[in-house]
Amino acid sequence: MATTSDREALSGVKEEYQYGFSKPEEYVFKSRRGLDHAVIDQMCDMKNEPDWMREFRHRSLDIFLSKPMPTWGADLSEIDFDNIYYYLRPTEKQGKSWDDIPDSIKDTFDRLGIPEAERNFLAGVGAQYESEVVYHSLQEQWTKLGVIFLDTDSGLREHEDIFKEYFGSVIPPSDNKFAALNSAVWSGGSYVYVPKGVHVDIPLQAYFRINAQNMGQFERTLIIVEEGASVHYVEGCTAPIYASDSLHSAVVEIIVKEGGRCRYTTIQNWSNNVYNLVTKRAIAEAGATMEWIDANLGSKVTMKYPAVYMMGPRAHGEILSIAFAGRDQYLDAGGKVVHGAPNTSSKIISKSISKNGGRASYRGLLKVAKGATGSKSTVVCDALLLDDHSRSDTYPYIEIDEQDVQVGHEASVSKVNEEQLFYLMSRGLGEEEAATMIVSGFIEPMVKELPMEYAVEMNRLIQLQMEGSIG
Amino acid sequence: MTSELVIQDLHVSVSDGEKEVLKGVNLTIRQGEVHALMGPNGSGKSTLSYAIMGHPHYTVTGGDILLDGESILELEPNERARRGLFLAFQYPVAVPGVSMANFLRTAVSNVRGYTDQPAPSNGGGKSGVVGSNLMPMRDFRKELLDKMDEFNVDRSFAKRYLNEGFSGGEKKRAEILQMAMLQPKIAIMDETDSGLDIDALRVVSDGVNKLAGPGLGILLITHYQRILNYVQPDYVHVFYNGRVVISGGAELAHQLESQGYQWVKDEFGEAELVAV
Ligand SMILES: Nc1ncnc2c1ncn2[C@@H]1O[C@H](COP(=O)(O)OP(=O)(O)OP(=O)(O)O)[C@@H](O)[C@H]1O
Ligand SMILES: [Mg+2]
Repeated sequence: MATTSDREALSGVKEEYQYGFSKPEEYVFKSRRGLDHAVIDQMCDMKNEPDWMREFRHRSLDIFLSKPMPTWGADLSEIDFDNIYYYLRPTEKQGKSWDDIPDSIKDTFDRLGIPEAERNFLAGVGAQYESEVVYHSLQEQWTKLGVIFLDTDSGLREHEDIFKEYFGSVIPPSDNKFAALNSAVWSGGSYVYVPKGVHVDIPLQAYFRINAQNMGQFERTLIIVEEGASVHYVEGCTAPIYASDSLHSAVVEIIVKEGGRCRYTTIQNWSNNVYNLVTKRAIAEAGATMEWIDANLGSKVTMKYPAVYMMGPRAHGEILSIAFAGRDQYLDAGGKVVHGAPNTSSKIISKSISKNGGRASYRGLLKVAKGATGSKSTVVCDALLLDDHSRSDTYPYIEIDEQDVQVGHEASVSKVNEEQLFYLMSRGLGEEEAATMIVSGFIEPMVKELPMEYAVEMNRLIQLQMEGSIG
Repeated sequence: MTSELVIQDLHVSVSDGEKEVLKGVNLTIRQGEVHALMGPNGSGKSTLSYAIMGHPHYTVTGGDILLDGESILELEPNERARRGLFLAFQYPVAVPGVSMANFLRTAVSNVRGYTDQPAPSNGGGKSGVVGSNLMPMRDFRKELLDKMDEFNVDRSFAKRYLNEGFSGGEKKRAEILQMAMLQPKIAIMDETDSGLDIDALRVVSDGVNKLAGPGLGILLITHYQRILNYVQPDYVHVFYNGRVVISGGAELAHQLESQGYQWVKDEFGEAELVAV
């Protein structure tokens, strides 16, 4: 296990590297698998990062190496950390061609009605011209308002002061093993800054921003919403994201200042070989509202519990979480709300669906700190099982250190209702179609919160997921 | 050709197979005819409706149900719907999160055969876009709104979730609307008149009258003569203890209204029932 002394030993190596490649244009970066301090130095050199970030990465790597793997939730023992490329130059990532994409994924694009122009992008085979055009015209409008929406690497380069103030302040590397890993090797993600009082009225879509680049494995997103400002950020898309890398571990940090509003919508549909281990957390100051809308359909394993820390009076946090687990999938999702100030309120709604032996769990934390008087929280988790060999579990953790609070918790597990099935079938719907309709209705509270195009695709996606699940 | 639903000596048990509820029902309903079926609580009227529509909990243990001469016993409920059968439920089921419009578009697309066509592809691929083989949205919308107006269902119901939070009367009206959209050949209406106030009863009866005609055969299950003041039945059947025991004209309904079922029980009650 590497330590600080290793790093000292390695710092010499780093200098050699730099010495060896004095002409930048001839610099040949050799990516290699595995992670150590030398890889981090290479990465920092390549990206030309400031020293404080280099320090931060090295420190994070030490934390990553010293923390044990989590022993709860999904089985992560198959992740082979030595067999992963932790940093690739964008040009190296574009090696994939359309022919490398599995037919099943191409077929899904057809069925979802994804326009031709978006397919290459979604499949990760390169730039998407149209999205770049859209992004640039929007970018002009945002710039006028003082809104910053960049990839995180550019955010660091171009706005280092604000960046440094907030980066790592919501989720320190010591938070958990995968947050530490991300802190050590992050690349890409979004950097969003919304100035005081500015309302961004169209959703910021990560999708527009990630143009020439591939989806990153270790994305790092930082969103700062100043006082009285508001923004809706959307990441992901309904089309399956074909990933050749099997570990994806992102960190998202959000700060919503007094009276601000932020909604963060995620539609996660990684291909079924991916471990998706994400840390997402927001701080809501006085009177601020933070909403996480989080849908998880893809991946082999997902562990993700978006959190809202309500640190100022009257702050409000909301988490709407959906997990749809099919064959060989284990989706462990949920949310955390922490009431750290008086008269704060929160709501968690979790909907999970399991079929074909899939497993979907709700794992949630509700914490009310001493002094958070007059706080209110409701947690509702509903699970729908489509067959007898699928599984759903609920792990609600509740810690309440204050008397004067109102807390409600409801949980239900049900099967597809036979009377509903019969009613729909008596109107001409086939059994699978009827079951699909019931499932769509079950998650409708979440779908109706999505931007229109996403809602349409989401419903198609549910239909696809349901195919072959009956009979 | 006039469609014809023939129920022949039908025996039905509820799913556990223990209890025989229908004990030899015989009934023939043709397109263009209105049949009223009256009978005491628990006599098996809803069971008959479910059995005709193919509810999985009701097992046919004897006899047959024929539509245009062909047995439909092996058909799934949706296949029966596609052949032109419709059941207006005594207790319509709520499906949360599913809008009336979305549900009806899917239903109509199935019953009218749109879904038999392969879904068109949008981008060179061989597979079609999910859901693109439904009835075109514009045509559907127009038809739905027209029918909502015609059958006195407020347009706001198009967006409401199917039967969720509908009042008793609203549910019954929504059933009529569905029937109007699906245009069946034979409709079984299980107590569509129950729980309605006087105005709603008129609306529902008007609806039935609008739909009635040479293309539709109706089996109207009811407890009350009053709906028959609006909807003229060609035949009235008395249902008792799992069977049709008397058939006649409209005058039979009046007799039941004034005399109740005691005389039926006296005449057709089984020994052990009379003893109870
Ligand atoms: N799923 C079921 N499980 C058990 N018993 C049932 C079931 N369905 C019907 N029955 C029984 O069968 C008998 C007939 O019921 P049914 O609902 O058909 O009567 P009905 O004539 O429609 O009565 P009502 O006028 O009250 O609507 C009743 O005794 C009822 O309890
Ligand atoms: Mg009944």
